[in-house]
Amino acid sequence: MEPVLAVTIGILFAAAIYMMLRRSIVKLVIGLMLLSNAANLLIFVTAGLTRDAPPLVPQGMSVPAGAVADPLPQALVLTAIVISFGVLSFAVVLVHRAWEVVRTDDLDHLKETDT
Amino acid sequence: MQQAVLAGFVMAGLAPLLHRWLGVRTAPMMALLPASLVLWLLWQWPLIAAGETLLLAWPWVPALEVSLTFFLDGLAWLFALLICAIGALVLVYSGDYLRDDPDQPRFLVLLVAFMMAMLGLVLADNLVTLFIFWELTSLTSYLLIGFHHEDPAARRAALQSLMVTAGGGLALLAGLVMLAQAGGSWSLTELAGRGEAVQAHALHGPLLVCVLLGAFTKSAQFPFHFWLPNAMVAPTPVSAYLHSATMVKAGIYLLARLHPVLGSSDAWVVTLSLVGALTMALGACLAIRQTHLKIMLAYSTVMALGAMTLLLGIGSRAALAAFVVFLVAHALYKGAMFLVAGILDQATGTRDLTGMGGLRHRMPWTALVAGLAALSLAGLPPLLGYIGKEALFSAVLEADHLRGAILALAFLAALLTLAVAALMVLRPFFGAVRETPRPPREGSPAMLAGPALLAGLSLWLGLAPHGLEGLVTATVQGLGVREAAVHLTLWHGLTLPLGLSLASLLLGALVVRHWEGLRTWSARLEPFMTLGPEGGYWAVMRGWLRLAEAQTRWLQNGHLRSYLVMTLLVLLGLVGHALFVRNGALAAPGPSARMHEAVVAALMVAGAMTACLMRSRLAAVAALGAMGFSIALTFVLFSAPDLAITQLLVETMTVVLLALVLFRLPRFAILSTPLQRLRDLVVASLVGGLISLLMLSVLGGEQLPRISEYMIANGQPLGHGHNLVNVILVDFRALDTLGEVIVLGLAATGVFAMLGLRPEGPASRRDARAEEDDHG
Repeated sequence: MEPVLAVTIGILFAAAIYMMLRRSIVKLVIGLMLLSNAANLLIFVTAGLTRDAPPLVPQGMSVPAGAVADPLPQALVLTAIVISFGVLSFAVVLVHRAWEVVRTDDLDHLKETDT
Repeated sequence: MQQAVLAGFVMAGLAPLLHRWLGVRTAPMMALLPASLVLWLLWQWPLIAAGETLLLAWPWVPALEVSLTFFLDGLAWLFALLICAIGALVLVYSGDYLRDDPDQPRFLVLLVAFMMAMLGLVLADNLVTLFIFWELTSLTSYLLIGFHHEDPAARRAALQSLMVTAGGGLALLAGLVMLAQAGGSWSLTELAGRGEAVQAHALHGPLLVCVLLGAFTKSAQFPFHFWLPNAMVAPTPVSAYLHSATMVKAGIYLLARLHPVLGSSDAWVVTLSLVGALTMALGACLAIRQTHLKIMLAYSTVMALGAMTLLLGIGSRAALAAFVVFLVAHALYKGAMFLVAGILDQATGTRDLTGMGGLRHRMPWTALVAGLAALSLAGLPPLLGYIGKEALFSAVLEADHLRGAILALAFLAALLTLAVAALMVLRPFFGAVRETPRPPREGSPAMLAGPALLAGLSLWLGLAPHGLEGLVTATVQGLGVREAAVHLTLWHGLTLPLGLSLASLLLGALVVRHWEGLRTWSARLEPFMTLGPEGGYWAVMRGWLRLAEAQTRWLQNGHLRSYLVMTLLVLLGLVGHALFVRNGALAAPGPSARMHEAVVAALMVAGAMTACLMRSRLAAVAALGAMGFSIALTFVLFSAPDLAITQLLVETMTVVLLALVLFRLPRFAILSTPLQRLRDLVVASLVGGLISLLMLSVLGGEQLPRISEYMIANGQPLGHGHNLVNVILVDFRALDTLGEVIVLGLAATGVFAMLGLRPEGPASRRDARAEEDDHG
C-alpha cells in the first residue's frame, strides 16, 4: 500500500505547487490547503502503515495487546492538522482583507509596497 | 613591550578626554609614549648589536596556538625604532599643524592607534597576531586617509586604499595559513629555520602567490601602486608617517621577515626583482609628470618601495645591506620632505609646484631643511641617500637574474628621482618670487623641529656612515645572513656605480632643464592612463555594483512565484542529487493495496485534480472537501482514529470558512499564458515526483529503533491514559501542545484584529468562533 500512497502524495504535492504558482491569490490559498494536507499525509505514511491496530491500551492492562500502530507520528500529525488550520484561517482572512483594501487578487499587482 | 602597545591603544581611546584637559598640548604629551619607547629600544641596543633576540612570551589563546609573543631582533628593532621615533616627531608636528582643527582629538585617536598597530605588526612573533595587527593598520589608515570625510574625494580614496589593502589582506591570511601548514608552526622564529621544508612543500606555490599579493598591495607595488598617490588627500602628517616609516613599509617588512623562509627560491627572486624594478621605474616616471608636491612625493615613495622590493629580491648579502641603508635613508628624507610639504602648504596655501617661487627669502630654515632632504632623495653626496643609491647600484650589478633589465630600470628611476628632487627644491624656493594664495611665513619651531632633525640625521649619517654599520649588520643578521660584517663609506674609488651616479646626475639635470616640455609631451598620454591598473580597479568596482544590481533584480524581483520556483529548483537539485548519490533501495511492496484503499487514494487524487481544474469556486471548495474526507478515511483505515476525528472536524470547518469567505472574493480568472502554465506544471510534477521517490527511498531504508517504544510501554503506567496518542499530546510532549495552543491563540488574535477593523462583517464572528472551537 505504501507505494500507492507515495505516488498519491507526490500528486498532491504537484497539485499544491501548481496552485501556489498561480497569480490569483485565491488559488494560492487553495494550494496552501493542498500542501498542508499532503505534508500531513506524508508524515503519517512515512512512519509506516499498520492495519486494524490503533494505539490503544485495553482497559485493565498497562501495555497494548500485541503490536500497535506507532502513536508518535499520529500525535505529531494531529498537532500539524490543527496548526495548519490556524494558519489557513489566518491566510484566508488576510487575503479577504487585502482584497477589501486593494481590490485586486492578482499577486503581480501586489508586489509593490505602494498600491 | 606588550603592555606598552596595549597601553598605547588605551591612550588612543583616552585622547579626546586628554584633549579636553590639555588642549593643544595633548599631542606633545602623547608623543611621550613613543619617545619613551625609543629610549627603551636604545637601551636594548647592546643586546641587539650582539646579534641576540629578545623574546617576550605572552600566551593568548594557547589552544589555537595564538600568542601575543613579541620578539625583537635587528630587523624588528630597526622598524620599531623608525615607527616610534618618527611617530613622536609626527605627533609633535601635527599638534601644531592641526592646531585649529576641531577634529584634532579624533585625529590623535586614529594616529596613535595606527602607530600601535604598526608596532605590534613588526614585533609580533605569531602569524595570527601579525595578521590581526596587519588588518588593524589597514583599518586605521582607512580612517586616517578619509579623515576629511566631508570631502567625497577623501572618502573615495580611503575606500580605494581599504579595498586594495584589505583585499590583499585576505590573500595574505590564506597565505599565512598555508605557510603555517607547510612549516608546521605559527611562530615566525621557528619558521625562520624551516625554509627548506616550506619550499619543498606542495603548498609552496600557492602560499608564495598569496603572501606576495598581500605584501604587494600593502606596499603599493605595480600593479597596485595607484592607491598610494590617491591617499594623499589625507592630512599631511598622516602622509608623512604612512610613507616614511609605516603602512607602506608593512609589506616591505613582511617580505624582509619572510626572506629567510621563502627567499631562496627562484620564483621569489625573479618576481621580486622584476616587480620591484618595474615599480621603481614606473613610480619615477609618474612622479616627473606631476606638479602637485604631495603627489610627486607619493610617486617617489612608490619608486623607493620598488627599490626595496628589488633589493630583497636580489637577496645577496650586499643587496640586503643596501636594503637596510636604503630603508633608513628613505625614512629620514621622506619624512622630512613630507613635513616640509605640509609647512609649505600651510604657509602658502598651495601645493602646486608651478604656483610657488623664490620662497627662500621668506622661509630660509624651511629651504635649508628641504634642500638637505632633497639632496638625500636625489642620492647626492654627502648624504645618506647617496650611500643607499651606490649600494643599490652595486647590488644590482651583482644580481644573478635579469641583471641587464633591472639595471636599466634602476638607472632610469635614479635619474628621474634626481630630477624630481631637484624640481621640488628649485621650483618653490628659488627663481622668481611668485604670488601665492597666502602670504608665506616661516614655519613654527614645533613644525620645523621634526623635519630638521630627520634631515640633520641624513647628513650626519652620510658623513659618518660607520655609525650605521652596527645597525646594518644586526638587521642583515635578522634577515638570515650570519657572517655579515658590513662596511659603509662615501668613497668607494672609481667604480662602475660611481659612473652610473655621474651619468644619472647629468641626465637628471637635462630632465630638469626640459621639464616643461616633458610635461606637455606626457600630457598627450593622458587618455591612455585610464587603461592602467587604476582603470582596472574602477572597472572592477563598477562591474561589482552592476553584478549586485543584476542579481538583486533577478533574484529579488518581488514576484512570489519566482521565489517559489527558485526555492523549489534548489530543493530539487540538492535532494535529487542526494538521492542519486545515495542510490539506496526503494520501498519493498509491503502489504499490498486492498481494493477499497486504492479507491480512497484515487478519490484523493481526483479531489486534488478537480480543485485545480475547476473554474467555479464552489466546485473547487467541494473537491477540496472530498479530498480532505478521503484523507480522514485513510486515517481510519490505518489505525489512527484520533487523526480521523480531527481531520473530519477541521475539514468541515475549513469548507465552511472557505465557502463563506471565497464568495466575497473575485471569481477565478485565468491570468497566465499557456506557456507559463506548462512551465509551472513541469516544476510541480518534478517536485511531486521527487517527493514520491524520497518517500519510497525512506520507506526502503533501514528502520531505526522507534522512539515511541518507550511511550507505548509507559503510556498507561506513567501517563495513566489508555489512548496513547492523547497521552503523548498532553503528557510526553505537553510543551509541544502548549506551543500549538499559543500558535492558535496568535492566529485567532490576528483573525479577530483583521476582522475587527471592519466590525460589521458577518464572517468575523464565525471565524473567531471557529478558532475558539478548535482548541478543544
